[in-house]
Amino acid sequence: MKVSMKVNGAERGGDVEPRVLLVDFLRSNLRLTGTHIGCDTTSCGACTVLIDGEPVKSCTVLAVQAEGRSITTVEGLLEGGALSPIQDGFHQEHGLQCGFCTPGMMLVATALLERNPDPTDDQIRWAISGNICRCTGYMNIVKAIQHAAKARAEKPAAAAIAAGGE
Amino acid sequence: MFPAAFEYQAPATLADALSLLKKHGDDAKVMAGGQSLIPLLKLRFARPELVVDIGRLPAMSSIKRDNGHVAIGALVRHVDVERSKDLEAWLPMMVEASHWIADPLVRNRGTVVGSICHADPSGDWGSVMLALGAELIAHSQSGERVIPIDGFFQGPFTTTLRADEVATGIRIPVSKGRSGGAYLKLERKVGDFASAAVAIHVEMDGNKIAKAGIGLTAVGPTNLKATAAEKALAGHEPTDQLIAEAARLAAQAAEPKGDIRGSAEYKKDVVRVFVQRGLHTALGRAKEGKA
Repeated sequence: MKVSMKVNGAERGGDVEPRVLLVDFLRSNLRLTGTHIGCDTTSCGACTVLIDGEPVKSCTVLAVQAEGRSITTVEGLLEGGALSPIQDGFHQEHGLQCGFCTPGMMLVATALLERNPDPTDDQIRWAISGNICRCTGYMNIVKAIQHAAKARAEKPAAAAIAAGGE
Repeated sequence: MFPAAFEYQAPATLADALSLLKKHGDDAKVMAGGQSLIPLLKLRFARPELVVDIGRLPAMSSIKRDNGHVAIGALVRHVDVERSKDLEAWLPMMVEASHWIADPLVRNRGTVVGSICHADPSGDWGSVMLALGAELIAHSQSGERVIPIDGFFQGPFTTTLRADEVATGIRIPVSKGRSGGAYLKLERKVGDFASAAVAIHVEMDGNKIAKAGIGLTAVGPTNLKATAAEKALAGHEPTDQLIAEAARLAAQAAEPKGDIRGSAEYKKDVVRVFVQRGLHTALGRAKEGKA
């Protein structure tokens, strides 16, 4: 089945069986391996991508369901070649240990700050509650997201990131 | 994990969807958000020949109020309930329950009606709808059918929805007098199924309870309606003693199985405590005068 969608701002397409999951389409067909497969059972959030700006688990979406949608993966977070505030926040605050959950965490955080530019720690914890960090590095992940929120507030222009190409 | 191979159709109109279902019957499966169906497909518990994705049907994403009902379309997602200012005013118990569904990412895709039709006994919306006395709206080529939620759940993952029908929405009667509700859930962690949960709805007539609705989650083969407890409350002024008795009756209606989330006895007692607590909360909210 032919499928086409916008991925990180570019039109991408492919010919897939209906049973192909979005995460596999991204990783195998498009070779965008930044989106990880963790549990493969809708539990861990390692496969999080944004569809039209909203974080979802791409192991629980069929590639054909994404027809015509706009997808953002971790590869799409860079802003003009520079780290986005979220990426920089994770860098500055050491928001990762093994890094496996990091793409998902950063995408969830990106969507959170789009909706709520000044979240409380509680709101951040709530937002990332569908994403598991097996290193249990949650403290620094929360700090990283707060760091990014501050950076965005100080530099609003940089905040206009291409979440879902909107 | 790959599902077994299936054909996929995403019809643009309800008529097209109904004609596909008429043709394929039990070999087809309807998908809305896919948050229950795709895991089943991956585990190969479900192996339909055809998946009919209703996600692109028009005019099913709204939350509306008309003729004494709140009508929720088949494509309204959990997150839409969470963010709905209208529901916060009309049916705050639904908004309270929505925060407990799965996790934020699943809530961004999963739908209320899809979850109800999936009929997982651990699903939350079934109990909410039993407490509120909702009606499911189903369409087939023979027309529209209104299905009261009481009786809709036949067993685990089994409902009275026919293979040629699409559930197009659910409607909930709006109480005439003051009312209040509460949803209480015990879960081990975000995203886990309930160890046990209860949905409570009360409608007042002066100082008396006109009507009570109590739904139970994850303590039986389906979401359960605690009918005896509801009857004990109706027509009476709420006292601590009456509430305790209703909670006892609700616990008696529960048929939990012991598992990793707790023993059967423990879950029954969670039901008792939650119904007692939930009734106090719901009655307090009704008193605050929210219609």
